Amino acid sequence: MSYLSALIEIFRKDLAAERRSREMLSSMLVFALLSVILFVFSFELSADLQKVTFAGTLWVSLCFAGTLGLTRSFSLERENNALAALLMSPIDRSAICFGKALANWFFMLLLAAILVPAAAFFFNLDPFHWALLGVILLGTLGYSLVGTFLAAITSRLRNRELYLPLLLFPLIIPLLLAAIRATGALLNGGAAGELGTWLLLLAGYDILFMAVGLLLFETVIAD
Amino acid sequence: MSSKSFPRLLIVLDILAAVFLLTAMWMALAYAPREIEMGDVQRVFYFHVATAWTGMLGYLLAVFTSIAFLRTRKLIWDVASLAGVEIGLVFTALCVVSGSIWARPIWNTWWTWDPRLTTAFIMELIYAAYLFLRRGVEDPDQRGRLSAVYAIVGFITVPLTFLSIRIFRTIHPVIIGSAASAGAGSFEMSTRMSQTFFFSLFTFTILFTAFYWHRLRLGLLQQQVEALEFQQAQEENE
Repeated sequence: MSYLSALIEIFRKDLAAERRSREMLSSMLVFALLSVILFVFSFELSADLQKVTFAGTLWVSLCFAGTLGLTRSFSLERENNALAALLMSPIDRSAICFGKALANWFFMLLLAAILVPAAAFFFNLDPFHWALLGVILLGTLGYSLVGTFLAAITSRLRNRELYLPLLLFPLIIPLLLAAIRATGALLNGGAAGELGTWLLLLAGYDILFMAVGLLLFETVIAD
Repeated sequence: MSSKSFPRLLIVLDILAAVFLLTAMWMALAYAPREIEMGDVQRVFYFHVATAWTGMLGYLLAVFTSIAFLRTRKLIWDVASLAGVEIGLVFTALCVVSGSIWARPIWNTWWTWDPRLTTAFIMELIYAAYLFLRRGVEDPDQRGRLSAVYAIVGFITVPLTFLSIRIFRTIHPVIIGSAASAGAGSFEMSTRMSQTFFFSLFTFTILFTAFYWHRLRLGLLQQQVEALEFQQAQEENE
């Protein structure tokens, strides 16, 4: 089996698992919406403040809700010892990492597809910019890559649900900052050069964590 | 390393560290002249930069020893990276606190979200998470592997964190290097000042070495206790 088809098989397996249970995506979505509403209430936003805080609210909500999916991504494999079977299959270990990251990316994009218009609706903003699609694609990709990698680490720990956010959030600060600034620059009409810089940073982060997955996933998952 | 007898060199190092520390304090408080614009509060600078250096040194050592652990799987490297992280955490915390004391009169605030401050704070969080991670694993080899990977991955995000915050803007002064007088609170060092400065750096490096050595010894002793306990439990089972 080639590397790419192994990766796609893992991706399809995770999608099939979610299609049958349909638990995770819906709880992620509700959690993300709740988080948006909590932000709105906690800041008591006036119209011009809404414009400034929208990007932050959106991305922090996405990241909070995303941890639900990430934890589940590996806890499912732990049940019935499915992970052992996965590790025994004759495929490259990093293909498991990237297949799962691809699935998590897909879930994050679905989540964003609903959350972005919904949050924009609450904030009275027009979210339909082509460039925003690029920001979301790059941002959620980086998040899924680093999140899947760390979920693989925390899946080996006692109390794994407890540890994932603790390990994950300090590492995604540059990603979060770049995504928030890029989104803000788009919606508030910042300088064009600013958007480019942040997109570059996002892309760099994505590439960095592809390399991390490629080089270190084996070490994390091996027994 | 023999763990039973207390190494003589370590005792010497301890005494040296204590004497140097007292000397460095005298130099910072009395020997170095008062800075004209900032006054006495500037004296915090000598220990501030020294703790920043040793904090960074701890994290750097932790990364290198983590790489060594992943390559050799020898538990001594794991003990070494834990030592680096723990000491790094303490010195970085001291650095942040001393910086804060200086910033109150000079920047008129205890804290600002400047790249260096923010990055130092985020590094504290990363390596606190590292300590939590270790508590979640019982098997020593697995604990070593997972925490080594996290120490490395955490460290490589730090430049990106710094860069991303830097893109905003910085007000932190740059004393050494080409970009001097970048922010409020920059100054030029006189001879006595730079003597004090480099002596503090040297002193804290000695102090760091003593701490590191102690922590390594402690870690190795801990490991022996764990091994003995394991052995005893097995004998009882038989």
